[in-house]
Amino acid sequence: MFTLGIDSGSTTTKGVLFDGEKIVRTGILPTSANPRDSIHKLYQSLYNDEVAYTVSTGYGRELLETADKQITEITCHARGAAFLNPTIRAVVDIGGQDCKAVLLDNGLNVVDFIMNDKCAAGTGRFIEVMMRILEEDIKNIDSFVEGHEPINITSMCTVFAESEIVSLLAKGADKGDIALGIINSICRRTSFFAQKLNLTGDIFFSGGLAQFEIFRSTLESYLKIPVHTSPLSQYAGAIGAAVIGYNKVKRQA
Amino acid sequence: MQIKKELPEIFNDFGEMRKKSFMAAYELKQKDIPFVGTFCTYFPQEIALAMGACVVGLCSTSDETIPDAEKDLPRNLCPLIKSSYGFAKTDKCPYFYFSDLIVGETTCDGKKKMYEYLGEFKPVYTMELPNSQSPIALELWTKEVIKLKEKLESHFGTTITEDDIRKQIRIMNKVRRAMKEFYSLMKLEPVPLLGQDMFKVLYGSAYKFDKEALPGEIHALVEKIKAEYEQNPNKYPKAPRILVTGCPLGGGADKCVKAIEANGGHVVCFENCSGAKSFDREVDESNPDVYAAIAERYLSIGCSVMTPNRNRIELLDRLIDEFHIDAVVEVTLQACHTYNVEALSIKRFVNEKKGIPYMAIETDYSTSDIGQLNTRMAAFIEML
Repeated sequence: MFTLGIDSGSTTTKGVLFDGEKIVRTGILPTSANPRDSIHKLYQSLYNDEVAYTVSTGYGRELLETADKQITEITCHARGAAFLNPTIRAVVDIGGQDCKAVLLDNGLNVVDFIMNDKCAAGTGRFIEVMMRILEEDIKNIDSFVEGHEPINITSMCTVFAESEIVSLLAKGADKGDIALGIINSICRRTSFFAQKLNLTGDIFFSGGLAQFEIFRSTLESYLKIPVHTSPLSQYAGAIGAAVIGYNKVKRQA
Repeated sequence: MQIKKELPEIFNDFGEMRKKSFMAAYELKQKDIPFVGTFCTYFPQEIALAMGACVVGLCSTSDETIPDAEKDLPRNLCPLIKSSYGFAKTDKCPYFYFSDLIVGETTCDGKKKMYEYLGEFKPVYTMELPNSQSPIALELWTKEVIKLKEKLESHFGTTITEDDIRKQIRIMNKVRRAMKEFYSLMKLEPVPLLGQDMFKVLYGSAYKFDKEALPGEIHALVEKIKAEYEQNPNKYPKAPRILVTGCPLGGGADKCVKAIEANGGHVVCFENCSGAKSFDREVDESNPDVYAAIAERYLSIGCSVMTPNRNRIELLDRLIDEFHIDAVVEVTLQACHTYNVEALSIKRFVNEKKGIPYMAIETDYSTSDIGQLNTRMAAFIEML
């Protein structure tokens, strides 16, 4: 028996198959202009006869009519993070269009959360826009900034930061230095934001940016609390959805 | 003075709904009833009612007139202030338009400065509300209540007697008791009605101008709801019981309450201006000094403009226990400094002293954040 968790995010759609102990399959697609197509495509690629329960999450969670249940990304991210690393007591997720911090209790239940869903600054979109100006692929970010000195990016707003970078480039500033400055900027902002919650225990960092070591280590240096990731960090929401689905099936049996 | 009786020039450009509400106000004006426009629960209604005036609430909660207001006011100002000012400027609100005198109070910084501009094109009188509830503050506020009486007498060329005031105190206390009886229905578990419907009654009661008839109407409604509940107590399934607190919401409450109730929660209590805050305390009928009695009652209102604001905590404490609240949602308006700053102390009180979850939402009157609101409320209720 499997359960399926699908996370329809603003930038990517992620899905996992769970057998009650481990994640047996994962799938990821860029979320297209028609998110309904993306979520259905991923569903079809992962679904099989042994799937007993499907939970959808993310901002497009309502687009999958065949899902047995829809749960918000807050609850799913928390559950997924706790599954990947049961020692953590908080989750920081930098998503494509929002950013959230979730506080867990010792039983790994959500006790508080905050969301920034009003401004692109402090989200994955900020990095995306800046990398486009630098004409660099985010995939190589770790090696790209290695050994560089960060340039301070002062603008809080994505649009103003963009013009700040354009003028830095015009002055001949090094692209790696600028990129590191951008990373510092988003990590600093994220840590200020997350510290509005009373963070004490270790933190799990999820979302697409969590796969890059430079984001994890920079975030950790601002938060001054151990920050963990996992190779499956980007799937945390989908994993949480599948785990919750599995528990529901077990409880019904 | 002559009270305003004619319809505005732009009346014919209005839609049907707006024409209807203008006509309702127009009918009252034809009976020579003066209108006193107010903004705040601190306004001592009994004084204006004692001269036979209609007390009309002018707090506006629609973003329709905000662009007009932003020609004069800063953009990053509370939407309630901008919306209200915008309606005053554009003559689109019947109560604003027909108000023969508008009374404001020095409540928050945004409002008191807005009144200065409002006074340029409307008859405005501003009462000096103290920022604290000390004995000296009470002394000042008592004098301000007397000054208001004198202002109304001179502005409208009338006399307000203490007996008239005493009569209105008794009437308004009956209204308060009736409203309390109504919202106390929500102590029932499961609930007899939806929070969004309860709010309509609470908010709507401010626009029922026959205050003597109001308690009877509310009582009949209570009896009707009770009878229906006896027939079918499980109309609404059991759900987490939410208390809503924070800024004055008016019509703007709609989207937040709907987001809570569409995602598995149930709003059983409103602490806000349209809710318990307005009705919880009565004026002491046994006090021979009517002005002192009124001043004491109104100054005790626990709004975040007060420092410290212990009465809000005291009321929340009681409401959380009485209504068996599972979680508190605070709704604040963007750029409402006093409520936004006070949110932290409310969170601490709710989490630490009452041991239940708390969530704050900062919003405005637009519909742009409905998607995010729904996700936030769904996640909050999943957590309970």
